[in-house]
Order: sequence, then structure tokens, then C-alpha cells
Amino acid sequence: MDTLVAQLQRQFRDYTISLSPGFFGFLDDQFTELKKLQDECSPDFVAEVVSLFFEDCEKLIGNMARALDQTGNVDFSLVGSSVHQLKGSSSSVGAKRVKGLCVTFKECCDSQNFEGCVRCLQQVDIEYKSLKAKLQDLFNLEQQIVQAGGRIPQVDI
Amino acid sequence: MAVGEVMRMEVPAGGDLTVSSPELHVLAVDDSVVDRKVIERLLKISSCKVTTVESGTRALQYLGLDGNTGASDLKDLKVNLIVTDYSMPGLTGYDLLKKIKESSTFREIPVVIMSSENILTRIEQCLKEGAEDFLLKPVKLADVKRIKQLIMRNEAEDCKTLSHSNKRKLGEEVVDTSSSSSSSSSSSSSHDDDDSYVKDFPSSKRMKSESENFSSFL
Repeated sequence: MDTLVAQLQRQFRDYTISLSPGFFGFLDDQFTELKKLQDECSPDFVAEVVSLFFEDCEKLIGNMARALDQTGNVDFSLVGSSVHQLKGSSSSVGAKRVKGLCVTFKECCDSQNFEGCVRCLQQVDIEYKSLKAKLQDLFNLEQQIVQAGGRIPQVDI
Repeated sequence: MAVGEVMRMEVPAGGDLTVSSPELHVLAVDDSVVDRKVIERLLKISSCKVTTVESGTRALQYLGLDGNTGASDLKDLKVNLIVTDYSMPGLTGYDLLKKIKESSTFREIPVVIMSSENILTRIEQCLKEGAEDFLLKPVKLADVKRIKQLIMRNEAEDCKTLSHSNKRKLGEEVVDTSSSSSSSSSSSSSHDDDDSYVKDFPSSKRMKSESENFSSFL
């Protein structure tokens, strides 16, 4: 018979694994690297970093949208530089899918492919929001485990 | 240049080395707020004092190299290592590196360049200009530990040179400590799997390539 804690821990484990490269690939091993940096002194480190990342996404996507909105006068290098920044920060937090989209996006910028850029922008927007929702679920599970008196299992991606 | 004080090597009969090592003060330069947060944490968890700035210009201001007369209390802010991103708007990491190496006051400070791009010519350019090492982003804990060991080892060798005759009397090689006996390793050393770095590590500049990224077996 499963205790609540055991059930929650299993859910947490399964959910984390579902995000990993072998499954849906939302996250890569850099996320595990971030978890290594979290301890009793810095218990919310991962949540803080991803929060900064999502703010960054919003800001950069806004910049890209504005640049692409300049009909007939799009500065593709400006879009490209925002994409480069987004690629960097997604890489630093292990946001594998966002990072992958940035690679395609950068190619569209370099070849000044307007339609391609608009598509990529839409995809990147959807993608970071999906990741945000996933991580929120993950953090909620962690909280539930702790509240139920359990320990958060170490699950490496 | 000593890290605040001279490092002493004591070799008790048991053969263990005790190294008293004060904290390194690292200046981290990166225009990405996410990367600044990560590098700051990586350094803090490796027992370093950290100051982060968002640009090369700010870094020069902090060091007092921007043409303004630096703060007279700069001695308190003594920087032992500079870690900088390569691609930044305005002053790049490379520009910053050059300025630091041109300065008689600061040229001895080791500078490590970080970049998301593994471009050989870029790496060579930086090493040629005097960079201590080149890290490929995303930076991992193993990278920071390696850099720290490199810096500490260089400091130790400086001290060894200074008190050469004293060391001779001890009759054994004192510099090659294994990572486990480094007193400044934090609780996160349990994650450290790369002891082999220390044995092979020359004190001269070493290039990091992706194949050497030991932590990729995670």
C-alpha cells in the first residue's frame, strides 16, 4: 500500500523523466547541473533562475516581435541578436526545446527569411510558455512532497 | 600575486597536506542576467567571493581602469580572478582582456573567457592575448572547480618560488595536492568526479574543448 509521500515521489520522478531528452525533451542535463547548485543555503535557486529565464524570454520575444513588425524595414540583425541571447540563456537553464528552436530561428534571421522568422517567433513563444507550465507543475509536486513530510527524490535528467 | 596572504604548505608526518587558502574574490562579467545568476552561484558554491557586473565597461569602472581615478579603497576589493563572457555589446570579453593585460596594476590577474561558441580561432586569440583559460557555455560546476584549482595552484607555485629554499628542506614535492584535500572544497565536492584533471593539469594555459567536458557523462 502506497503512502501519499511515496505516490507523490513517484509522480515527481515520472514527471521529471518525461521532460528529459529521452522523452519529450523539454529539458537537458544542464537542468541537473542547476539542481546541483541548490542546497539548504539556496533552496529556491532553480526556481529563481528559471523565473529570470522566463522574464528574459518575455523581454526578448517582445524585442523580436517589435523588430519583425517594422513592415518593409525589418532589421534582421536585431532579431538575430535577440535570438542569440535567448539561445544563450535557454542553454544555461537546460531549456532544450527553446534552445533548439533558436537554432532554426537564427538561420531564418541570417537568410532574412521573414515568413520563417514569424513562424519561429510563434513557436518560441508557445514553447517557453509550455515549459513554464511544466516547471510550475514540477515545483508544485516538490512542494506537495515537502508538505506531506517527504524528501524530494534526486532525479537526474 | 598572493591571494590576500601567503599560502603555507605544512607537511605533517602522515603525508596529508594542509593548505590554508583564503577565499578568492572573483569578478564575473556577463550581459545575460540568467548567466550572471548561474555563474555567481557556481562561484559561491565553490567558496569564492563574487562580484557580478553586466558589461566590460562596468568591469573597468569597478577596477578603476576607466580613466577615472579609482576608489582609494580598492585594496579591499582586490580581485583574484576575472571571468568574462566573450560576446557582449560594447566592450567584448576580448576587449576587456586586452585592457586588463595592458594595465600594469591588473595584468597579473588571471582572466578566463566564457563563450557559447566553440570557435578555435577565438580561443586561440584569447589565449594569445593572455587568457588563462576558455570555458564553453553552459558553464558547469566541474568547470568552475577546475578553474579554481588552476588559480590556486598558480598562487601556490608563486609562493613556492618565493620561498624556494624553505621548500627544499621539506624534501618532497608539495604542490600536487589532490582535489579532495583542498580545504576550500564545499559540500558539493561529492558531485566532483574529475580528480584526473588535477594530475594532468599543467599550470600553463590550457584549452577546454567539448571532448574534455567530463561532466557530460551525467
